[in-house]
Amino acid sequence: MNQTYAVAAVTAVVLATVLIGALGLRISRTTSDFYVASRTVGPGLNAAAISGEYLSAASFLGIAGLVLLQGPDMLWYPVGYTAGYLVLLVLVAAPLRRSGAYTLSDFAEARLESPEARRLASLFVVGIGWLYLLPQLQGAGLTLEILTGAPEWVGGLVVAVVVTGAVAAGGMRSITFVQAFQYWLKLTALLVPALFLVTAWWGDDAPRARFDAPAVFREHTTVTMDDTVRVDVDAPLTLTVSGRVDSTAYEGDRVALAEGGHLVEAGTTLGFPAGARVPERAANGDDPLGWSQPLADGSDGHQLYATYGLILATFLGTMGLPHVAVRFYTSPDGRTARRTTLVVLGLVGAFYLLPPVYGALGRIYAPELTLTGAADAAVLVLPDRVVGGTAGELLGALLAGGAFAAFLSTASGLTMSVAGVLSQDVLPSRGVRHFRLATVLAMAVPLAVSLVATNVPVADAVGLAFAVSASSFCPLLVLGIWWRRLTPPGAMAGLVAGGGAALTAVMATRAGLAPEGWPHTLMAWPALWSVPLGFLTMVAVSLATPRRVPAGTPAILARLHLPEDLVGRPRPGQPEGAGR
Amino acid sequence: MPVEPTPARRPRRETVTGVPRSARRPPGHAPARSEISEQTTLGHTYVRSLMRSQLRAALYALATLALLVGALPLLFTLPPALGHGTAQPFVWAALGVAAYPVIWLVARWYVRRAERNERDFTGLVEGR
Repeated sequence: MNQTYAVAAVTAVVLATVLIGALGLRISRTTSDFYVASRTVGPGLNAAAISGEYLSAASFLGIAGLVLLQGPDMLWYPVGYTAGYLVLLVLVAAPLRRSGAYTLSDFAEARLESPEARRLASLFVVGIGWLYLLPQLQGAGLTLEILTGAPEWVGGLVVAVVVTGAVAAGGMRSITFVQAFQYWLKLTALLVPALFLVTAWWGDDAPRARFDAPAVFREHTTVTMDDTVRVDVDAPLTLTVSGRVDSTAYEGDRVALAEGGHLVEAGTTLGFPAGARVPERAANGDDPLGWSQPLADGSDGHQLYATYGLILATFLGTMGLPHVAVRFYTSPDGRTARRTTLVVLGLVGAFYLLPPVYGALGRIYAPELTLTGAADAAVLVLPDRVVGGTAGELLGALLAGGAFAAFLSTASGLTMSVAGVLSQDVLPSRGVRHFRLATVLAMAVPLAVSLVATNVPVADAVGLAFAVSASSFCPLLVLGIWWRRLTPPGAMAGLVAGGGAALTAVMATRAGLAPEGWPHTLMAWPALWSVPLGFLTMVAVSLATPRRVPAGTPAILARLHLPEDLVGRPRPGQPEGAGR
Repeated sequence: MPVEPTPARRPRRETVTGVPRSARRPPGHAPARSEISEQTTLGHTYVRSLMRSQLRAALYALATLALLVGALPLLFTLPPALGHGTAQPFVWAALGVAAYPVIWLVARWYVRRAERNERDFTGLVEGR
C-alpha cells in the first residue's frame, strides 16, 4: 500500500476535524452550548452526529474482518448494533430526554433522589466509557501501523491529542458538527470503494465466497508471519518456506507439510501455490485477533447460546452506553428525540449494508488474512488487491481516512460523556475550565492503559462494554422510566449485581479461570443470565424496601411521560441536572 | 367532564347563572391539566393511562422485533437439522439486507403510534 496517500488521507481527516471543531468554537458561546449545544440541534444534524459517533472502528473495520474469518453468522453484530437503537427508541428515548438530565448519573439522581445512586451510576458511566475508549485507541495504533509502519503507540496518541483538543476547545456544539461530518465521510469512504470493488469482482466473473470450507488462494501468494503461530493443515500441502517451521530452518526451500498441526515461527515467509487451501490458524486464548473473535467454538448448542448472548447484549446494551445516552439531551424535546432516533436507524442501517461486502470479497481476494490473523485489515487492503494501480491506492487511502474518522468520532463522543461526568461528580467546581481539565483526565487514563497494556484484546473490551451496560444501565433506565416502585437501594443493588456479575464473568474468562465447555461459554457471553439477574435484583430489593420509594416519584414519572406542551414548564438553558 | 367555558368569540350573550367552575382556575388551564399539575389522584390516573398506552405501543414493537429478528437464530438451525444442506444464502439475505428495513419500519410504526397517543392524550386533557 502506498504510504504517502494513506498518510495524506489520515492527515486530511485530522485537519478537517480540527477545522470544523474550531468553526464550532466560534459559535459555541455559552456554557449551555458547550455541554448540550443549547439543546437546539434538529433531527437531521443530530441524527448524523449520533450515527457518526456510534459507528466506531469496530463497525468500520471489525465487521468485515469477522465476516471474513467466521462467515455470515457474524452479521449479528451490525444487526444487534442497529436493533439496540430500536429498543432504545421504544423504551427510553423520549422519557430520557424529558427527564432533563444530562448524564446517566443525572438521571439516576433525578429519578431516585439519592446522591449515593448518583455516585454509583457515575462509577459505571466512567468505567464503561473507558472500556470503550481503550479499543478505539488501540485500534488507531494498529491501523496506523498497518498503513505506515509507525510504532503502535503513535496512532493512539494522535487520536487522543486531536480528540482532547477538539472536545476541550469546542464542547458539544462543535463536536456535533464534527461528528455529523464524520458520518458522511465514513459512509462515502466505504461506499465509493465498494462500488469499484464490486465492479471489479463482476468483471472477474463474480467468483463465489465460500464459508463452509477453508478459503483457497486464487494465485501464488507469499505470506510473512508476524508472530509465532500453530496452524492446522487439513490436507498435505507443498509450499516454499524461508524461516522456521516445526523448529527446522529453511531458506526458500520447497517443503511438504503433512496433515495436522505445525508450528510456524515469527518472521517466517510462506509461499503458497495457487489453488492451495489456506491453513487454519489454531485457536489460542492469548491471541489478539483484533475485533475478529469467534463467537464460540464447539457444538451447535454453544453456538446458539453465544448468538443469543450477543443479541441480548447488543439489543439492550446500546441504551446504556454513555456516549449514546448523552446525545439525547441535545434534542429540543421528547418528540424530536424520537424522530431523531428514527433517522439514526435509517443512517446506521444504510451504513451496515456495506461492511459485509468487504467481508465476502476479503474471503475471496485476501484469504491469507485468516492465516496472519490481521483480518481487521481486510477493508484496508482490498482496493489494492482487487482494483490495483493508482486507483487502488487512492481508494485505499480513502478507506484509511474513513477508518481514522471512525476512531476520532467515537473517541470524541466517549471523551465528551466521560468528561461530563468527571467534571460534575469528581472535580470540585463546575464551569468550562474544569470541563477542559476533565477532558484531559478522561482521555489520559485509557491512553495510559493502552500504552502499558498493549495486548488487551479489543473485541473483549467492546463486547464487555455492551454486556456490562446491558446488565446495569438497561434495568435502571427501563425500571426507572416504567415502574413506580423502584427504590434507591433496589437500583443500586441491581447495578452492582448485574453489571458486577457481567464484568467479573468476562474478566475471569479473559484471565483463563473459566473451565472448558459450558461454564466457559456461559462466562464469555454473560448477558443471557446477567441481564435477568440485574432486573430481578432491582425488582426484589425494591419490593423489599417499599418505604424507600422516593416521595417525588409520581411527579417525576409525569414529567418523563407527558408531552412538553402539557407540562408547560420553562425550558431552562442550563442542563438542569448539572445544577448541583 | 366539568362545564365548558363559554366560547370567547361570543362574549355578549353570556348568561350568568353562577360562577362558572372554570373561572376559578388560572387562565389557560383546562381542568384535567391542573389535576395533573397539582398531582391529585385524578391527575395520577391521567398520567397512568398515558403511560399504559405508551408501554403497550413499546411492547408491541419489541414483540415484533423478537418475532421477526430474535427468532432468526432458531430458524437458521432448521435447514441443517432437517438435512436440507446449509442456511447460508438465507443468513446472508436476512442479516445482510432484510433486517434493516424491518427494524426501520417497526421504528416508524412506533414513532407514529407514540405521537398519536400523545396527541389523543393532549386532546383529552385540554378538553378538545
